[in-house]
Amino acid sequence: MGLVESGKMPKPLTKLLNLSRKYSVWAYQWGLACCAIEMGAAFASPRYDVMRLGVIPFPASPRQADLVVISGTVTDKIVPAIRRLYEQMPDPKYVISMGSCANCGGPYWDSYSVTKGVDQIIPVDVYVPGCPPRPEALLEGIVLLQERIQNEDMPTRWRGENRGEPIVVG
Amino acid sequence: MTGTLTEAQQLAYANAQAADGRVNVDLETDEGMTLNMGPQHPATHGTLRVIAKLDGEQVVSADVMCGYMHRGYEKLCEVRSYPQINTLVNRIDWLGSFANEVPFILAAEQLMGVEAPPRAMWIRTLFFELSRIANLSLFIGDLALQLGAQTPAFYAFRDREFVLNQIESVTGGRFHPNFDRIGGLKDDLPKGWIADTKAAMSRLRAYCDEMEDLVYGNEIFQTRTRGIGIIPAGVAQSYGLSGANLRGSGVDWDLRRDANIGLAYDQLDWKVWTHPDGDSFSRSWVRLQEVREATKMVDQLCDGMPAGPIMAKVPRIIKVPEGEAYVVTENPLGQMGYYLVSKGDTGPFRVKIRTASFNNISVVPWVLRGVYVPDIIAILASLYFILGDIDK
Repeated sequence: MGLVESGKMPKPLTKLLNLSRKYSVWAYQWGLACCAIEMGAAFASPRYDVMRLGVIPFPASPRQADLVVISGTVTDKIVPAIRRLYEQMPDPKYVISMGSCANCGGPYWDSYSVTKGVDQIIPVDVYVPGCPPRPEALLEGIVLLQERIQNEDMPTRWRGENRGEPIVVG
Repeated sequence: MTGTLTEAQQLAYANAQAADGRVNVDLETDEGMTLNMGPQHPATHGTLRVIAKLDGEQVVSADVMCGYMHRGYEKLCEVRSYPQINTLVNRIDWLGSFANEVPFILAAEQLMGVEAPPRAMWIRTLFFELSRIANLSLFIGDLALQLGAQTPAFYAFRDREFVLNQIESVTGGRFHPNFDRIGGLKDDLPKGWIADTKAAMSRLRAYCDEMEDLVYGNEIFQTRTRGIGIIPAGVAQSYGLSGANLRGSGVDWDLRRDANIGLAYDQLDWKVWTHPDGDSFSRSWVRLQEVREATKMVDQLCDGMPAGPIMAKVPRIIKVPEGEAYVVTENPLGQMGYYLVSKGDTGPFRVKIRTASFNNISVVPWVLRGVYVPDIIAILASLYFILGDIDK
């Protein structure tokens, strides 16, 4: 994609490419705690069925993923692994922080072993509040992220700039 | 990344990285090949790290590193009041949340000398069994998923929703109900709930029958699990296993029957299932039977529900008198106990939580010696642990 890196993307092409990126989001599941079950319900249950939104939830490794859902309590011990996971993902990459624990520490706000928010380690695009959020809330976060992908300026995003303000669901 | 890290957090980050590095160096320098599973691996239900030293296809020795989900429950309990702790302990075993509340509340009630009314005890028992179904029905699909069959997982998620609906329509939470109170319950059952629950239970029984055909009767499944990961009864007892892992080894031990903690189990007609083999198959088979037995128990509980109040008289601000209490119950994963020490304050002085999974995975290094690499997954899945239950 030399065209994207040169920064001179024709508008119709940007629109087309953004549309295809929007409906083929490969989501890596980083299930940590209770929220992982609600994420499982959203991704692998026939009732919520995330694939109808064009999200493929089964990449074999973070190197093939566009989106990572950090769902659950981030402890100080798991932090290096999360950082390494994020660095392995190819640009452009998106992060959904699911649940109060990943957003800000949640009920463990005064615990000695819990990191108060995954945004201290990696930049977050969408915050999904709740303890745990309902599967519908996660799907809403994904839909909002897809809207953002649709309207993105590709060259700046490819360079990792201009991420924009994070989206908060609800 | 950001400038908001405190010094303590930076130190914790550096320490964690150093610990990771030490393990890696340790692994690289030894003879033979090392297989590292985790800290994030689908077969570990979260963040358990299993390090196995291999000789060809066989495991020579295996080690378990836990603590990636340690959230400091016991210390947090010391700075919270009793109603707040109720919210907190919900999240220990997140698949069967209500079952975590019950022993804690019973221990506090024992110290206060309060007795919940019979209707409250029956509804507690009912929800205890509902959370057992919510927990173990997912296990059956999960085990099949680990062994390479994806469809049973979809079925499990589909039918588990019926139980979650019933829990949600009473408590407002899909799986963190926070419904138990010292002296009784938050609310009574809504109108028409009992009929809906019975319909859901017959649906779950159909799910059990389907799974028995689809998964347990499957030749591939049987070959993958029968005779794999055998834990004899003596070993199971000496490692402190409990729940279906112990009953799958042929030990007839169930605290619902053997301990008198005031729940309504002694008034029900039910049976404790055991299996003599002690392998992966028998452990999962016992869990399937327990789901089916629990649906029958819920039916009986719905039929025989006594009338009356659901809340005993308790003061508005709860202060527990000085003393110590230990209450242990048979949770979906095994024995769960709270040792509660009170100094007469609004919060406890010390809480020690005995969780089932911590003891259940302590047998992993023993049982993984000499097995083949694909069997690691089958054994870990059949031992069935929840990371919050291990690390607390």
